[in-house]
Amino acid sequence: MSVMLLLIGASILVAVGFLLAFLWSVKNGQYDDDYTPSIRMLFDNENSTNNHN
Amino acid sequence: MQKNTIQTECYHCHEKCDETVQIEGKSFCCEGCKQVYLLLSENNMCSYYDFDSQAGISAKGRFIDKRFAYLDTQEAIQKLATFRSDNLINVTFYLPQMHCASCVYLLENLHRINTGVIKSQTNFQRKEIFVSFNPSLVSLRKIVELLAFVGYEPQISLDDDQQLKKPVANSKQMIYKIGVAGFAFGNIMMLSFPDYFSGGNIDQHTLKFVFAYLSLTLSIPVLFWSASEFFISAWKGLRQGIVNIDAPIALASLITFSRSYYEIISGMGNGYLDSGTGIIFFMLIGRWFQQKTYDSFSFERDYKAYFPLGISRVLSDDSEEQSIISNLKVGDHIRVRNGEMVPADATLLSEKAYIDYSFISGEELPVSVSRESIVYAGGKQVGASIDLEIKHEVSQSYITQLWNNTAFRESKNKEQSFIHPWSRYFTLVLFSIALTASIYWYFHDQHEMWHVLTSVLIVACPCTLLLAATFTFGNMVRHFGRSKLYLKNNAVIESMAKVNTIVFDKTGTLTTHENALVEFKGPALTAQQWIIIKSIVSHSSHPLSRMIFKSIESDEIQMLNRFDEIKGKGIIAIVDGREWRIGSANFILDQETETVVNTTSVHIMADGIHLGYFAFKNRYREQLTKMVAALKSSNYELHVLSGDNNSERNVIETIFGKEAKILFNQTPQDKLDYIANLQSEAKRNVMMLGDGLNDAGALRQANVGIAVTDQTGLFTPACDAILEGQQIANLALFLRYAREEKLIVGASFVLSILYNIVGEAYAVTANLSPIVAAVLMPISSISVIAFVTALSTYRAKRVGLS
Repeated sequence: MSVMLLLIGASILVAVGFLLAFLWSVKNGQYDDDYTPSIRMLFDNENSTNNHN
Repeated sequence: MQKNTIQTECYHCHEKCDETVQIEGKSFCCEGCKQVYLLLSENNMCSYYDFDSQAGISAKGRFIDKRFAYLDTQEAIQKLATFRSDNLINVTFYLPQMHCASCVYLLENLHRINTGVIKSQTNFQRKEIFVSFNPSLVSLRKIVELLAFVGYEPQISLDDDQQLKKPVANSKQMIYKIGVAGFAFGNIMMLSFPDYFSGGNIDQHTLKFVFAYLSLTLSIPVLFWSASEFFISAWKGLRQGIVNIDAPIALASLITFSRSYYEIISGMGNGYLDSGTGIIFFMLIGRWFQQKTYDSFSFERDYKAYFPLGISRVLSDDSEEQSIISNLKVGDHIRVRNGEMVPADATLLSEKAYIDYSFISGEELPVSVSRESIVYAGGKQVGASIDLEIKHEVSQSYITQLWNNTAFRESKNKEQSFIHPWSRYFTLVLFSIALTASIYWYFHDQHEMWHVLTSVLIVACPCTLLLAATFTFGNMVRHFGRSKLYLKNNAVIESMAKVNTIVFDKTGTLTTHENALVEFKGPALTAQQWIIIKSIVSHSSHPLSRMIFKSIESDEIQMLNRFDEIKGKGIIAIVDGREWRIGSANFILDQETETVVNTTSVHIMADGIHLGYFAFKNRYREQLTKMVAALKSSNYELHVLSGDNNSERNVIETIFGKEAKILFNQTPQDKLDYIANLQSEAKRNVMMLGDGLNDAGALRQANVGIAVTDQTGLFTPACDAILEGQQIANLALFLRYAREEKLIVGASFVLSILYNIVGEAYAVTANLSPIVAAVLMPISSISVIAFVTALSTYRAKRVGLS
């Protein structure tokens, strides 16, 4: 049975990892603007200094 | 009159233009556009024109120096900057003009135009730009002037700056809460499966213990953090003696969570934490969905947002000083430049002024004002700069009086869905069922009592009802939005469904501001005479002259021998030895009173012979007749209020029919009173459609106030909804769809009542274990949501909105 506990622990850990990844991505502003980057990539060849947050 | 058809397109702003400025083989409609082009080409940024064929914003009339001078004051910088140090300032501006990929290109390359800019980044959907710059190299004012110069004038309000940042942080916190609730819900669900499948009897006690306490741990942040807003709002409501929407949710989750914790801690079972966290998760998603639909529209704007923020104050030694509007005092002398707005009621000190009151009255033709007369707040000066003496402080002025009317203070649309009173009964009924069932089972089988009580409470969660209303409204608001009617909140739909009287404003609502009709009345003129008239007016910058110029189709321009413009009167010109006079009736005809016509007119005289006059007529929106017919067939009572004189009575009567009530010469206060008067009659729900600040009082007073505008996002007085001008023809469809709301919510209501009756029937007879009840709860919620979303979309298609 201890293997079950181990698996549950592992699954929770993975889930927590995803939750943290999600929270981090929201905090980092990845969902703030889901349109402008698609335009911005068009300018890349002549403008490379301006793309980072 | 035909319109000129052979026109050149401006290389920069793509506006059709008659006269052009040429450079490098490209034509521009004005010096401004040319300057912007030169600036871009100097900085090697001509690919601006490649990303979108409609790039470029007309630069006409954007050259007003000192307009942004107030941005040099420390006060303004302090308010606008989100971060400030000696060599870095961060600001975020709202740029309503941002419209295409080229805009993004230009705005993100500001550092190439001005080296003081460290970084500029846009958010296209929010129409915002974030700029960091080095204040030792470039000033805030310079940045704003640069933005305004290239056509993106930021909408700055020193009051709004805090509000601009807040919603972002709020919606982020909401997403965190949803994320945590979803995480807990999913994991607890997984941990609950073994319990479900074994029928609540897991053999290994260690496992059962681990599952239970793990669920409990996971649910704690959901109860105390994710669900906190429901509890807070329910508590606030209760303290005021109101059972609000959040109260049943708070109660249901409180019961679910506390019962579950009790079961787990006492070792009785696993509880229903999966449904508890599920309720919170789905409710939060519902809220978020709702918020997102009208995120991009800001409605409740302060009148100050439309006023200039700074103005030049003239000191006793005739020097100028920049001052913030709110610091103005009675008796101060101010200087208002072309295009600037008069911030407070004032008397004119200069000889003559042309004041454009379109902001207040919606009338597009400027009014001429002479020395010593009053200029009202909200008017814009057209032409040379004028000096004024302040009569009233900003907060006492004419418009603000109207804004401070009680109609503005009361909050409207308190009507909630007819479901809300029901859900209150629902809670009562539910409690009595639960109580009766528990008493019954207490005497028959004490062991079953707890199961029955929990099942009854959980399976009958009123959330289904509330969710149904929330999602129906959310989806309907979305459909309205797609058809360009933007509602302020869900309750407006309910109010719209009740409307039976519709009041229209004339100017700007039934008519458009664009392309007023210019008509020549008088004996036919020769082609040569047309050319002369066009040539003469081409020299004048008066708005009426510009309109006449545009209306004459001719490519030839004749040389003038003499040209004199008498401000406020007209033009005297000598062409081929003949004297031409073009101007107002009393200038041409030497008449003090204008007896000829009611409309605005410009008269023409050549060598003392009166040739006729140009009449300016409003152009009515298309398909008004169709709209009126549709509204009449649905038995709406129609009224028209106009601030204008009655010269267009006939036109309006042909559109609205003889039986419609049509009133002219209505002041803003009259309109407000008229609506209040209508409302005093029983069973009358008034919808007002208007534009301009002068309708704001009436819009506010009406049960539903809709602002009709040709440029959404530019002008939105306090109203319940914003309607895009061309969509006014669909008014009947909008109202019909609003009436569908009852049907849709009603249907979902019946559906969830059925769920409840069936569920309750099983629950009170102890045939439903709490676990099954907990599984049914989210399933019923989801099915109801799917049902209302599908139904409201289907009805939208049926009604004709899509």
